[in-house]
Amino acid sequence: MTNTIEELGGIEPQSPISALLTRRAELIALTEKSRQAVLSPAESGGLTHALRALIAVRASERLGDEVMKDYYYGLFSACDDFYDFAGLVDPDTTPQDAWLAAVLGHADLLTRNPRSATQKHIEELRRAGVEEADIVRLAELAAFLGYQARLVAGLRLMEASR
Amino acid sequence: MKPAVHDYTKAVLDWRPFITPVRLDEATPEQLQAMKITPANKKVSDYVLVLAHDPESLLHRSPLFNGIMYGKDGLDRPGRELGAIGASIVNRCIYCLAVHARHYEQTGGTAGVVDTIFQQETSARLPEKEQAIYDFSVALSAFPPAATDEDIARLRAVGLNELEILDLILSVSIFGWANRLMHTLGEPIPAA
Repeated sequence: MTNTIEELGGIEPQSPISALLTRRAELIALTEKSRQAVLSPAESGGLTHALRALIAVRASERLGDEVMKDYYYGLFSACDDFYDFAGLVDPDTTPQDAWLAAVLGHADLLTRNPRSATQKHIEELRRAGVEEADIVRLAELAAFLGYQARLVAGLRLMEASR
Repeated sequence: MKPAVHDYTKAVLDWRPFITPVRLDEATPEQLQAMKITPANKKVSDYVLVLAHDPESLLHRSPLFNGIMYGKDGLDRPGRELGAIGASIVNRCIYCLAVHARHYEQTGGTAGVVDTIFQQETSARLPEKEQAIYDFSVALSAFPPAATDEDIARLRAVGLNELEILDLILSVSIFGWANRLMHTLGEPIPAA
């Protein structure tokens, strides 16, 4: 069965890279479970599935990954309440709502420039009313996307340079 | 309050959270499961207690991390640790660097490599094999499209086989995840 990593990496079934991934099947399975945990968890807290998918679309743009962006746009537009966020797909857009602006701004910081993140940014999230558990959920989501983008980019390079 | 550590070090550090850790005596069954808390094992770090706010992610990321860093066959331990170090330099995760600098040296990494990286950061000049691994790790960490097929060709030229290259990609990638938690949800302080 094709998984998200092979799909995003453009890895053909029966190809040498696919065979290589079979040797790391346990890690790829945990990667799939992790994706579900951050994109569509059973307990989503204050971050709805639509908001999580929106963050993934915006992050994919920042990460320079059109394939990931298309994939997550598909997920986003399949969410019940995606129209609530329809004007925010471009990562350069900022919403009026202070809570949402803080969440999207922090996701962008973690995607683009985590090294500059400090305690001040956590305090700003708190002041905007973001719950502590949601700050952790947001960090896991942005961090997973950073992981996934690098993994699929690396696999594409292996495939292309054979 | 102890001042945070901002400079590269190989010393053992503690980690001070910015988020209130979950209290063990108030943790839900799901949080306990994600933290691998059993009657025989009640030791858990503040880092894990912070991540327990999102038990679904923690449950899968912990075995994923361990499988990538400590899994059998494929890339040797110093190679995986050097990938972790490359990512952590880009993201300036001081705590991650201290841990994985020690692991690199303790598992047979080349002498002087960590010290050179601490001095010269992303432009460090290293022996040929370490250079190929480190440069690829830095490029992929900084911006995924910045890594190129020339980087992969260099990895092959210094003797990495396909499985070893995959293991390196996994190591660099998982630190794209770990750095974004460790460096942004708390800060390193000198050990007690």
